[in-house]
Amino acid sequence: MDPQLKILLGVIFLLLGIASGIGRVLEKRSEKANAVIRNLNARIKAWWVMCIFFSLAVLIGPKMTLVLFTLMSFLALREFVTLIAPGRGDHRALFWAFFVITPLQYYLIGIGWYGLSMIFIPVFGCLWMPIRNALTGETEDYMARTALVQWALMICVYFVSHAPALLFLDIPGYAGPNAKLLFFLVIVVQMSDVLQYVWGKTLGKHPIAPSLSPGKTIEGFVGGVLSASLVGMAMFRITPFSWWQAGLFSLLICIMGFFGGLVMSAIKRDRGVKDFGSFIEGHGGMLDRIDSIIFSAPLFFHLVRFYFS
Amino acid sequence: MIDLLFRGGLRLLTGAQTFWKGEAYPYPEKVQVYFANHSSHLDAVLIWSVLPPELRSKTRPVAARDYWNKYRFRRHLSQKVFRAVLIERTHCTKENHPVLQLTEVLDGGDSLIFFPEGSRGGGEETGTFKSGLHHLVSRFPDAEYIPVYLENLNRVLPKGEVLPVPLICTVTFGNALPLIADESRNDFLHRAREAVLNLKREL
Repeated sequence: MDPQLKILLGVIFLLLGIASGIGRVLEKRSEKANAVIRNLNARIKAWWVMCIFFSLAVLIGPKMTLVLFTLMSFLALREFVTLIAPGRGDHRALFWAFFVITPLQYYLIGIGWYGLSMIFIPVFGCLWMPIRNALTGETEDYMARTALVQWALMICVYFVSHAPALLFLDIPGYAGPNAKLLFFLVIVVQMSDVLQYVWGKTLGKHPIAPSLSPGKTIEGFVGGVLSASLVGMAMFRITPFSWWQAGLFSLLICIMGFFGGLVMSAIKRDRGVKDFGSFIEGHGGMLDRIDSIIFSAPLFFHLVRFYFS
Repeated sequence: MIDLLFRGGLRLLTGAQTFWKGEAYPYPEKVQVYFANHSSHLDAVLIWSVLPPELRSKTRPVAARDYWNKYRFRRHLSQKVFRAVLIERTHCTKENHPVLQLTEVLDGGDSLIFFPEGSRGGGEETGTFKSGLHHLVSRFPDAEYIPVYLENLNRVLPKGEVLPVPLICTVTFGNALPLIADESRNDFLHRAREAVLNLKREL
């Protein structure tokens, strides 16, 4: 195994261990059952599971990572489509989306066919969905229904697939597996989420978007984004970037991740639900967990490809 | 093995969120009849698959013979995996009458999953309950009749479709329906249907 990767994994699981320890102490100290602490512990437990799954997949290799991301897209799509509450007329198009387009997108990324993987869903997927929907002859709400299926594919599959696509970038002068770059992206994004939550809970006063997400505050946003960017900057040795480039990339990733959370909140508000699902205990659904990756991965991927590949 | 694969696949397709509103669960003394709204061929097997193992092993879904007996694969699933009680929907005679079949199963100590609407409705709406449930109750009052509400399954596999689409479905189990002496058939069927639909409103 790459020595840097070893250190990285060591640090991640050490931090998780510390978090679990703190969680346990807090639980013992509070006399009555405290909902916040229970939620915190459920989250930490889920973090263990997610980190183990993710690390294993990445260690086994790019193919396994793609399988993991395909599954994540599948579950995200399932949550998204559940919110759409599709009618009879959408059935066939959705079958294509789940069982043909989603696996094909990841297959194209896996064989390294960059051009086709980048246009497959936005061009061919978005051409085929309205055609398939029209073939059913169901015209009620046709435009809205078709647009939703297209958007579901973009959000849950296309954008997400940019993250594992990092593994197949050829970066001259960058030693070591690209898996480290994927780790960089995921760690910065998730740290940003966690730190925004922590800063918001401790110092948060002024809501940043009260109608969308009352829990998000200016203090949480600024504190979380800046501190997560520092974490990203500190990790510059595992990336092909210099320290200030790593810091800038992290800042960008964090800001996009924040917007991702905001967009997903708007979708949930629109449909009147709190979470996309209950797939991960304490975290809600798959989409609740990966919303910030969805929005940061494409930008990060293309910038790295443009400047470093 | 097939059993595990089948339940895994079903879970991937439906997400199957399960809620227990009833108090009697999980170790009932009597046999149980789970009755639910019917909207998809997967209804019975979904309820069956979310039951805890100790209940699942002695619960048999009631399913349509013409669908589940049609191909070898379905036949194998329905007979070997979830031991369905296959009933005749069209050619009922005195000998093969569904209610007789069902009371035999209950007598044998197994529980049932039953769909009082008979055939599947159009999807969204829950149809009126047919008299079958009432027949069953009057012949076998010594069981717990548990209402179950299924949501979204009609979207996973709508009528006339062969291929499923994955969606998150919910299965809500309610309290056992109390049985009232001398209740008319229509009153009972109405009350049973309300018990199922009430679980929907509580969601």
